[in-house]
Amino acid sequence: MRALCWLWVLLLSSAAMAGASYVALPGGRFVSALAGNRGQAQALTIAPFAMRVEPVTIAEFEQFLARNPYWARDRIPQLLASADYLKDWASPLRAGAALPASAPVTQVSWFAARAYCASEDAHLPSWYQWEYAAAADTRRADARDDDARNQMILSATLQSTGHAPGPVEQDPANVYGLHNLAGLVWEWVDDYGAMFPRPDARDPGQGNSLALCGGSALAFHDRGQYALMMRVAILSTLKPSDSTASLGFRCVRTIGE
Amino acid sequence: MYKYLLALCALCLSLPLVVSGAPLPPDSVYRLPPLMLVDQQGQSFALDSLAGQPRLIGMFYGSCHMVCPLEIDTVKKIQQQIVRAGGKPIPVLLVSFDSRHDQLSDLRQLAREHHITAPLFQLTRVTQGDVGLLGGVLGISWRALPDGGFVHNAVLTLLDDQGRILARQDAQNPPQAEFIQAILAQQNSAR
Repeated sequence: MRALCWLWVLLLSSAAMAGASYVALPGGRFVSALAGNRGQAQALTIAPFAMRVEPVTIAEFEQFLARNPYWARDRIPQLLASADYLKDWASPLRAGAALPASAPVTQVSWFAARAYCASEDAHLPSWYQWEYAAAADTRRADARDDDARNQMILSATLQSTGHAPGPVEQDPANVYGLHNLAGLVWEWVDDYGAMFPRPDARDPGQGNSLALCGGSALAFHDRGQYALMMRVAILSTLKPSDSTASLGFRCVRTIGE
Repeated sequence: MYKYLLALCALCLSLPLVVSGAPLPPDSVYRLPPLMLVDQQGQSFALDSLAGQPRLIGMFYGSCHMVCPLEIDTVKKIQQQIVRAGGKPIPVLLVSFDSRHDQLSDLRQLAREHHITAPLFQLTRVTQGDVGLLGGVLGISWRALPDGGFVHNAVLTLLDDQGRILARQDAQNPPQAEFIQAILAQQNSAR
């Protein structure tokens, strides 16, 4: 009952925050596709949390920069962003007409994504939170056993590769009401640097072509999750200051603290 | 009043950080958004107030029984080797990435157990700001485990007086010759 009250308060408070829409996820027992430290399946308990319905959009990031110009590309310290940071934007604070305002913001570093989430009184999801949310489809909380669904995600992922992401929320919501967890963009997660897809990959950004070309499969006990493996492999090649045209983010909030 | 304070804050943020008159370089760790720390003696300070002399910086968590004591041991061995080579002990800052559990009393106890004294060797927790940003620039990552521990790496980084990253070494390894040389070179150039 107490948890329900929290959910309600959270939903109300999120509705009050300009534009940011979060939904509550119940959490519970979850077996990650990512292998544990000894290579075995990991059964985890995910605490209830709330997640942003869609990735942060260009329009939302513009509003953030207007309030926090420290994170604009002409001011951000060198250690927190690479040369690719928001490089396709028309100006430091405006994306310009060529980029759809309702598309997910990309070309942002992990540092800037963190700062954005903090501005919404939220934080980046952990890998497990993200994976748990993305395990759902439109009917089931855990649809990962469905080969047709897995194949569809993989096809959508491959099709979107190399194209600029379109607007958010063009897909049907999953059972929690979340959009765009597959096929639109890769997403930063808070602990991406500590996922260790290979036992020796303990330096973020030190991943190599082996990791990108399938070495990360070694860290998966469920090798049917190819799209998920690609996601981990790509994240493992990044440094936190990196940014790419296909990498966005969304935020989560803790419930009940 | 609130409006004026906001305006003042905005003005402060827009001014470049300076050390003894010169602005900090663009790749300085001290240019991160403000991070407030407290050390084992209860001394509060801002991270960027440490600019002005070379320093070793690393991260840890208090209830760590394996890697973190090793990290402290490596720091002590580094100090011994520097002194043996004619240098002087270098100031060290270790920042906890587990501020939730590492309270001041824990830092105090850890300092006592390992015979660590501030200000030369500061064990600290973050009281304000995002410790994750510091971890990111230092190449230190962690992931909480269900038992309260963390999967993490341990890196010691040498910063110059302006906060630029000069050298790193894995804190689980014995002192590396190149790392010691980099520290000595900094101390010599400061003379």
